[in-house]
Amino acid sequence: MSETKKFMYINRRPPYGTVYPLEGLEVVLIGAAFEQEVCMAFISDGVFQLKQGQDTTDTGMKNFSPTYRALGDYEVTRLYVERESLEERGLTEADLMPLTWEDEDDDWAEKPSIQIVSRTQLSDLLEEQDVVFNF
Amino acid sequence: MLHTVNKSPFESASLKTCLGLAQSGSDILLIEDGVYGALAGTIHTTMLAEATGAISVYALGPDLKARGLPEDRLIPGIKVVGYDGFVELACANDKVQSWL
Amino acid sequence: MAFELSGRTYETDEEGYLADLSEWNQEVAGYMAKEDDCDLSESHWEVINFLREYYEEYQIAPAVRVLTKAIGKKLGKDKGNSKYLYELFPYGPAKQACKYAGLPKPTGCV
Repeated sequence: MSETKKFMYINRRPPYGTVYPLEGLEVVLIGAAFEQEVCMAFISDGVFQLKQGQDTTDTGMKNFSPTYRALGDYEVTRLYVERESLEERGLTEADLMPLTWEDEDDDWAEKPSIQIVSRTQLSDLLEEQDVVFNF
Repeated sequence: MLHTVNKSPFESASLKTCLGLAQSGSDILLIEDGVYGALAGTIHTTMLAEATGAISVYALGPDLKARGLPEDRLIPGIKVVGYDGFVELACANDKVQSWL
Repeated sequence: MAFELSGRTYETDEEGYLADLSEWNQEVAGYMAKEDDCDLSESHWEVINFLREYYEEYQIAPAVRVLTKAIGKKLGKDKGNSKYLYELFPYGPAKQACKYAGLPKPTGCV
């Protein structure tokens, strides 16, 4: 691969009503093999994808929320969550699953993957990207 | 009449439209992504909280559980029902309107 | 596709991966390995069991690069390398071991 590009995967939808969030997550995991500079953004109802305590036993659907915890293994270590989207939905950071990654260069120290950012900060991050995918 | 809403109020106007047309004495059942409308403390809470009383509002338990929304986070007055409750509501009403 | 084993029928996809992972048992793993002329040793089981635990925790089968790193961390550096894993599973550690473990084909298998 000639050069590394900045990729952002934007997640805007709640987890189970459509297939977009699961498909989007799989694209991120598959894309991780190409060793690009990858981050994810969770905005609008996409923040519900990270809600902790999801339990699909009674609906017969696959609970794919544990898969977000594997993102660190795939070197996807920056998950930006928009503060305004959380607030509009009556959520705080404490409502989200704790997600971490292990820093190989820092004696495998566990570091948080989720970063709460403002809409303005996210707008700047979006502008920096070379490639943006939207699910 | 029983109204069902299956879209998130943050993404679609279904709930708002439904509330505008549902008459007092009606039942509204929130299902699938519609259950996000049952959350307390959101920008859409007031619209549903004001309707609760004249209209009975229900939310489907299995869909709340799947999305990690516990009962204590819901707007007071909203009743949580299971699939059996869904069937009972459908039978108790003469008509069912799905706001897809 | 499907195969018969001890009077039971097991459904698989077109590549031989078990359709319903809850049907998996050790006999199934042994049978699938035999079909590939592979005898399962302790070392094979270590990887198979690791994959089942990984799936249980994360609900995905890991890509080979992720598997290699995770095995190295759990079972030691001497096992967390492609050479060791490819010797055990010459058809590709993630693909072949996932099959015997009853998991779907790994996500990120390109």
